[in-house]
Amino acid sequence: MAKKVAFLQGNEAAAQGALYAGCTFFGGYPITPSTEVAEVMSVELPKIGGKFIQMEDEIGAMASVIGASLTGAKVLTATSGPGLSLKQELIGYACIAETPCVIVNVMRGGPSTGMPTGPSQSDVMCAKWGTHGDHPAICLTPASVQELFEETVRAFNLAEKYRTPVMVMPDEIVAHMRERIVFPDPGELEVINRTAPSVPPAEYKPYDTSFGDVPPLAAFGSGYRFHVTGLNKGQDGFPTTKAAWVQAEEERQVRKVDANIDDIVQFEEYELADAEVAIVAYGSTSRSARFAVNEARKQGIKAGLFRIKTFWPFPEKQIAALAGKVKAFITPEMNLGMCTGEVKRCAEGKAAVHGIFRVDGEPINPGQILEKIKEVK
Amino acid sequence: MSFDYDKYIRPGKLPHIWCPGCGHGIVMKGLIRAIDTLGLQKDNTAIVSGIGCASRLPGYMDFCTLHTAHGRAAAFATGVKMAKPEMNVILVGGDGDGTAIGGNHFIHACRRNIDMTYIIMNNNIYGMTGGQFSPCTPTGAKASTTVYGNPDPAFDVAKLAIGAGATFVARGTAYHATQIDKLIAEAIQHKGFSVVEILDDCPTTYGRRNKFKSVIEMMNRLKDIAVPVKAAEKMTAEQLEGKILTGVLYKEERPNYTDEYAKVIERAKK
Repeated sequence: MAKKVAFLQGNEAAAQGALYAGCTFFGGYPITPSTEVAEVMSVELPKIGGKFIQMEDEIGAMASVIGASLTGAKVLTATSGPGLSLKQELIGYACIAETPCVIVNVMRGGPSTGMPTGPSQSDVMCAKWGTHGDHPAICLTPASVQELFEETVRAFNLAEKYRTPVMVMPDEIVAHMRERIVFPDPGELEVINRTAPSVPPAEYKPYDTSFGDVPPLAAFGSGYRFHVTGLNKGQDGFPTTKAAWVQAEEERQVRKVDANIDDIVQFEEYELADAEVAIVAYGSTSRSARFAVNEARKQGIKAGLFRIKTFWPFPEKQIAALAGKVKAFITPEMNLGMCTGEVKRCAEGKAAVHGIFRVDGEPINPGQILEKIKEVK
Repeated sequence: MSFDYDKYIRPGKLPHIWCPGCGHGIVMKGLIRAIDTLGLQKDNTAIVSGIGCASRLPGYMDFCTLHTAHGRAAAFATGVKMAKPEMNVILVGGDGDGTAIGGNHFIHACRRNIDMTYIIMNNNIYGMTGGQFSPCTPTGAKASTTVYGNPDPAFDVAKLAIGAGATFVARGTAYHATQIDKLIAEAIQHKGFSVVEILDDCPTTYGRRNKFKSVIEMMNRLKDIAVPVKAAEKMTAEQLEGKILTGVLYKEERPNYTDEYAKVIERAKK
C-alpha cells in the first residue's frame, strides 16, 4: 500500500508525530508561533479519547502535563520563548521528579516578547540552563517538516526511556514552513513506553536504583501508591536532606543522559571527509549551510557541514574530533553565538571558530555563509 | 473504640513537621475521618499540594500523593483529574500558596468546576518562611515584613471561590474539629469544584507577633468569631461585625469539567 503523503506545516507535523508516539494528553497555552500544535491536538486528541486542555497560563500548562504523566499518560505541551521562560520552574520539577514529558518550543526572537513572528535560534541555552539547579537536558533541533515529525516521536521515546523532560525546538521557519511529508506506517518508527514496575506495590519505590539509573515508574491509580515531590528525595520518593543521598540522586539524574550520549545524540555529516572548512549548523540555518557547501564545492573549496540534530547533550566528541581535522569552523546561527561558544569549547583552540550571527528576524542565507567560507578557507 | 488514624498514615512518616499548637494536624485528622466515612479507596485517591507547612500534609498520607511546586497544586491536580477522571483528587495547602502565587490556578479550577476538593488551611501567614504577610493577613496585623502593621487588605477566600465559580464552598475552623470532617466529606461528595477553607492558627509566626499569649487564646478567638450560617440569619449586621460565617456557605449544581469533556470526546468521535 502506498504511504500517506501530505503537504504539512511544521507545527502540524509535530502534533502528528506526538500522536504517532502515543500521546494522549496535551496541556497548553496559546502563544505565537507554536499555537498550531495546540490547535491540531485539540482536534485530534478527543477523537481517540485523549485529553486536551487549554490552561490558564504557561506554568499551569506545564503542571497539567506533569500531573497527567504521573497517571501514565504520554504528554505534550507546546510553547515559544516567553512561555519557555515561564515553564522553567516546572521543567526543573519534571527533571527532579523524573516525570516523562515532551515540550515543543518554537524559537522566536527574544528576550522577553521580542519578535513574536520572527525566527530565531536563541532559546538553545535556555533549554539547558533555563531552570535552576543541576539537571539533565535533552533538546532536539529538527531542520525539516519530515524531521520535526520524526524527532517528536524520538522525543517521546527519549522522555519515556530516560524519565525526563525532552524539548523539541524548531526555529520559527521550520515550524511554519510547509513541505511534503511521508507519514511512516504504524510500527515503522520505534515507539518506546516507560518501564512499568515489576515488583508488587508494597515493594515499589519510585526511584529504586536497583533497577538501574532509570527506575521504573508506576502510574497513579494503578494500585501503586507513592509520593512525588520537587524536594531532593531518597529512593523511596520522600524528602531527604541526607547529604550522601542527595549527592547520589543528583548525580544519577544527570548521569541518565551523560552516560547515554551515544544513544541520544544524532547528527548528520555532509561532505566532511576531506573538508577544510566545517560549518556547524542546526535548524533552518543548516539548510542554507548545505546550499553554501554545494556552492563552495563547485568553486573547488573543500567545505562540509556538520548538522546538529541533537543540540543537548551537545555532540562534544564529534566536534572535538573534527577540530583536529579542519582548519576552521563556521557557525551560522540566529542568535549572538550560543552554539558558537559550545563549538569553541569543544574545539579547544585546535581550529578557529567563525560565527555568523543574525538576530534581526531574517534567516541566514546561503550567500552570507558562502562569503564567510571564502574568507576563512 | 477510638478511631484508627494509622490505617491512613504512611508507616514511619510521623512525627510531622508542624509546630506545637499548629492546627494543620487537626485538619489532617478531619480529612482522614472524611475519607473513612466516604470509604474512598487509597489506590484511587490522589492528594495534591503546593509548598508550605500545610502542603507537607500529603507526605504523611498513604495515598497517591503529589507535593508540587509553590502555588501549583490546582494545575497539577487538573492534569491528574483530566487524565484519570475516575480518581478522587483532593488538594491541600495554605493561604499564601493558594491565593497568592497559586491564585490564578485557584480561580480557574473554580471556573472550570472540575470535580476536585480543595482544602485551604488559612492561618493568615507564610509560616514556613518565618512569618511574612499573606493575602489573607488582616489589615494592620504584624508580620515579619509588616512590622509597622499590614497595609494590605485581605482576601475573603470563600467569596473569592464563589465569585470565581466554585460550586461548593464551606468554611470551618481548627477549633471546631468535629465539624471539619463533615464539611470535607460533603465537599468531596459534591460533583464539581469544592472549596473548604479552614481557619487555622500559626502560634509560632503569627500569634507571637500579634499579642496572642497562647495557643489556647488563638483557638478561643476562632471559637468566638465563628458563627454558623444558620445562626447568622437571625443576627443583625451589628451583631455580625467581626464575625466569620462557618458551615456550607454556597452550593449549586452545574456541569463539571470532566463530564463536559467526555461530551467533547463523544462529539469529536462522531
